[in-house]
Amino acid sequence: MSVLAAPEIHIEWSALAPVLIVLGAAVVATLVEAFVPRQARRLVQVPLALLSVAAAGLVALQLALTASSSTTAAAQGNLAVDPMALYLQLAIAACSLLGLLVIADRTVQGEDAFAPQASAVPASEYEEQVRRAGWTQTDVFPLVLFAVGGMMLFPAATDLITLFVSLEVLSLPLYLLTGMARHRRLLSQEASLKYFLLGALASAFFLFGAAWVYGATGTLNLYVIQISVSSVTGLSPILVVGAVLILVGLLFKVGAVPFHAWTPDVYQGAPTVVTGFMAACTKIAAFGALLRVIYAMVPGLEWSLEPVLWTVAILTMVVGTVVGLVQKDVKRLLAYSAIAHAGFILVGVTAYSLEGLSGSLFYLFTYGISTVGAFGVLSLVREVDSDGHMRGEATGLDQWRGLGRRSPLLAGCFAIFLLSFAGIPLTSGFVAKFAVFGAAFGSGAAALGIVGLACSAAAAFFYARVIQVMFFDSPPDEEVRLTTVGPGIGVRTLGFTQIAIAVSLALTLVLGIVPGWFLSFTEELSSLLMLTR
Amino acid sequence: MTENLVLAAAEVTPAASAAWLVIAIPLVSAGILLLAGRLADKWGHLLGVAASAASCVVACWVFFAMLAQPAAERAQDVVLGTWIAGGSFTLDLGLQIDQLSMAFVLLVTFVGTLIHIYSIAYMEHDPDRRRFFAYLNLFVAAMLTLVMADSYLVLFVGWEGVGLASYLLIGFWNYRTEYAVAAKKAFIANRVGDVGMLIAMMIMFSQFHTLSFSGVFAAAAHASPATLTLIGLALLLAACGKSAQFPLQSWLGDAMAGPTPVSALIHAATMVTAGVYLVVRSGPIFEHTANARLAVLIVGAITLLYGAIVGCAKDDMKKALAASTMSQIGYMMLAAGLGPVGGIFAIMHLLTHGFFKAGLFLGAGSVMHAMSDQVDMRRFGALDKFMRVTWLTMMAGWLAILGIPPFAGFFSKDKIIEQAFVPPDGQPWQAWVFGLVAMLGAGITAFYMSRLFFMVFQGKARWTDGQHPHESPPLMTVPMIILSLGSIGLGLVLTLVKFDEYLAPALVEGHHGEPVLNQYVIMGSTLALVVIGAWIAWVKFGTKTAVVPVLPPAADGLVRAARADLYQDTLNNALLVVPGQALVRGTTEVDEKVVDGAVRGIGALFQSIGSVVSRLQNGYVRSYAATMLAGVILLVAIVLAVQG
Repeated sequence: MSVLAAPEIHIEWSALAPVLIVLGAAVVATLVEAFVPRQARRLVQVPLALLSVAAAGLVALQLALTASSSTTAAAQGNLAVDPMALYLQLAIAACSLLGLLVIADRTVQGEDAFAPQASAVPASEYEEQVRRAGWTQTDVFPLVLFAVGGMMLFPAATDLITLFVSLEVLSLPLYLLTGMARHRRLLSQEASLKYFLLGALASAFFLFGAAWVYGATGTLNLYVIQISVSSVTGLSPILVVGAVLILVGLLFKVGAVPFHAWTPDVYQGAPTVVTGFMAACTKIAAFGALLRVIYAMVPGLEWSLEPVLWTVAILTMVVGTVVGLVQKDVKRLLAYSAIAHAGFILVGVTAYSLEGLSGSLFYLFTYGISTVGAFGVLSLVREVDSDGHMRGEATGLDQWRGLGRRSPLLAGCFAIFLLSFAGIPLTSGFVAKFAVFGAAFGSGAAALGIVGLACSAAAAFFYARVIQVMFFDSPPDEEVRLTTVGPGIGVRTLGFTQIAIAVSLALTLVLGIVPGWFLSFTEELSSLLMLTR
Repeated sequence: MTENLVLAAAEVTPAASAAWLVIAIPLVSAGILLLAGRLADKWGHLLGVAASAASCVVACWVFFAMLAQPAAERAQDVVLGTWIAGGSFTLDLGLQIDQLSMAFVLLVTFVGTLIHIYSIAYMEHDPDRRRFFAYLNLFVAAMLTLVMADSYLVLFVGWEGVGLASYLLIGFWNYRTEYAVAAKKAFIANRVGDVGMLIAMMIMFSQFHTLSFSGVFAAAAHASPATLTLIGLALLLAACGKSAQFPLQSWLGDAMAGPTPVSALIHAATMVTAGVYLVVRSGPIFEHTANARLAVLIVGAITLLYGAIVGCAKDDMKKALAASTMSQIGYMMLAAGLGPVGGIFAIMHLLTHGFFKAGLFLGAGSVMHAMSDQVDMRRFGALDKFMRVTWLTMMAGWLAILGIPPFAGFFSKDKIIEQAFVPPDGQPWQAWVFGLVAMLGAGITAFYMSRLFFMVFQGKARWTDGQHPHESPPLMTVPMIILSLGSIGLGLVLTLVKFDEYLAPALVEGHHGEPVLNQYVIMGSTLALVVIGAWIAWVKFGTKTAVVPVLPPAADGLVRAARADLYQDTLNNALLVVPGQALVRGTTEVDEKVVDGAVRGIGALFQSIGSVVSRLQNGYVRSYAATMLAGVILLVAIVLAVQG
């Protein structure tokens, strides 16, 4: 446990294997960019990325299944390899594997989601030349791998500095990826810049908070802070304020109100394939870190921090739901839905009990899977202009009118994802909501549970509206079609995205219809974690 | 008797173990009809009817096998497997086969099959008839899941399923905007009800760690009254949403936008009575909480008067019937709130109502069929000679709902009125209030139903030009005739076979109290009120000399209020919609603009960046950053306030 000067550096290679595989692959992928000829890069990058993430997931699964109740403190006590960390690494690997499939996909014309050359000025001569030459930006694969590596470290970090480093490792590639959309590049670059500036601000708050906590306790290790908190009688305001500032940094990443403002703009501006990956995996990683901080550092502080978490949870649910009701763009709608869901998960986190932890872990995985699937569908629905050319994604709700008739399969899949987000029985979303709200009722936070139920009932309304638009509204008639941008229609691709959608659809239904085995899995992991606390 | 319910899991008979087929057959059929697409257009409706009929046959088999058992062993909990086996929460997937669920199952499958048959002819010219039958099958499967569930969670699956099917069927003709609006209204009311259901389940789950009926009822015997009252009120909220009870009743009238067979099946006979089923099924919970029972009584009493008053002023035939449905379910709810003895009559009225109201709706559909889909009763009149079968079957339904002996409604409704005069928990004032309300309601019912019947069939013809009324084809009239047999005889039959003794083992034990008035006095005065109500209607609308204006005449305040659903929509608008919209507008505005305005002056740091990047999206980075800063200050203030 000692974080003080250790004479010999000892690294637990096997326990850290999932992270090491991904980060190692990321380094190799960077070298590929430097040394492999342009034409062959994609052929190398795609399998490398997919295989390394899959391998990391399998190793994490193996470690999770054999996990004992004792926490392995790895890397000089800076990382915890415990059931929760392994479970979240597995969830991140699963979601990013699906996300990578969507990212690697391209249309039958060979067009992927990214700008041919991100450094080219939008609408410049150079950009046009590059586009004609058919270049593609394969740097996205190492970037994604670095992000995944950071995400996997994030929930395992038990030291404020390690936590900060992994936060930055996961964030920086995401800022870049956000700015690389092929279509609507200005929107994409604007989103990237906003995300970067606000992310930097949030990181500053985090660091500031870490400094205050260090000042109050003289240590950066979460578990040592916990011990020093319980030994101090009368909490120092410095410690409490520091803890709040650390929470702010993490709440920013999960998109909780009032630190959510970036979410709609970034979700809308980023390439849709990146949005899906980011929405699913960042949420899992950031909530993982939040759970770690709350369960490791906060004991002793919970009475002070509870009102803060209550306020944020209620605000997040209400704002996400209410503002979601008026959205006219499918991507922004899903962004507000993501905010509302962050609030629902916060209810489970705030419940601060075995059921709450287990419910939150279940929720994170199922929500991540459904999110990747939903954004996968979104990435396939493209505008057709009057000449019949495929253009960028059709994200306007109007363009989705009658999609159920043009692309029934896509619309049907999307409807099921939406039903899951709405929490309708027989989908994983229902079980997840039941788990977290049930935990709230069970731990004396019934008021939070009731607000959550009311919000999810209201949120169901905007999901139902999308379903209604897809299946019941008639498509825009010919006249409208010629004067405005065309209606959305499913695009033909290599089929990677369809595989990802099929897998996430299957998981959404399986975890909705027979959730028992998975619930008992998360519950077992949570009880191991509670034991060690 | 509660213990009896818990220990009732006797050995499962072969028939009961096949009971899952009752649900599976229509579900599979719905799947086939939806997946086969246009391929199934030719035979889709036949498959739909066959599935519903097959489900009915299996249900009959299960029912008679159950009757063969001694009364104490009839209730069976058929476990199909473990659904959820979490560490702290285990739930078996099972079916509750008992006297209560089977009564409902027979109603759903039998009336459902008749309405399927009727729909073949009614929907003949609709290009989407196959899809319509798929939704009907889906509805039947979901409704059966709801009533056969052995736990609140499985019940909730069916509960959401019927809501979904109802939504799809109301909006079936969704190319018409007002129908889509109606579907939306039904959706909202149902979601409010769902929140109630979820809250009830959450409380049960957190307090009792189970959601199965047997587990919850066993735990309820030892739970605190406050908990049970909360659960009871939440269940009542759920029932109000689903059963169109006050204050969530406004959607039912608009739901009449759907095809008429849907109104008959879902919005008269089955789905809207699910709330009554829920309250009766949860008897062991309501038994221990007089407060929640009183709330049920109040809701039932208000709704029965409310529906009756609204029904008096409606000129739209289907909306008048919808108001009457609301009012009759109010009677059932009132009865359910009276305790176990009342619960028996609630279910009995539910069954007879299922027949006579479905018959009345199918009759209304037949009239619409004859009069080119008109629903304005002011443009009907004197149709009796042109549609003899429709006239006679609707007459049976009319006499049944009036409660004229020996028609079906007499045996069930009269019992409810009598039971309302029994003081519950030794509170005579309640007996007088609810008894008189129920009796008065019967009189008003007689007026508005007679008004409807006379305006449609008697009096002078007030048709629009070019009408050639004709009788409907046999596919429509035969189901109507069968339902009218139920309207005539079901009440007598149920009384003769001692339905109350049959049903009693499925409910908690009740004790028969004495009404505050002699029962013959109650019966006599009720009948007198009914005759007076019907006579007024006859004088105003039925005689050959009665003048019925083709346009609604100017009227006084009460009639105007009743025409406007007693201003329920206006009230909803003022209480919910306007504040709701204000909330949405306000939150959106704060979210997007206000902070920006506040910091415009001090945002110099981000000024240059902001002006470059803000062209495409409306949010400035500086205002987002200011929001964050404000948030941090807020949170720190909260935490320091708590510290201090």
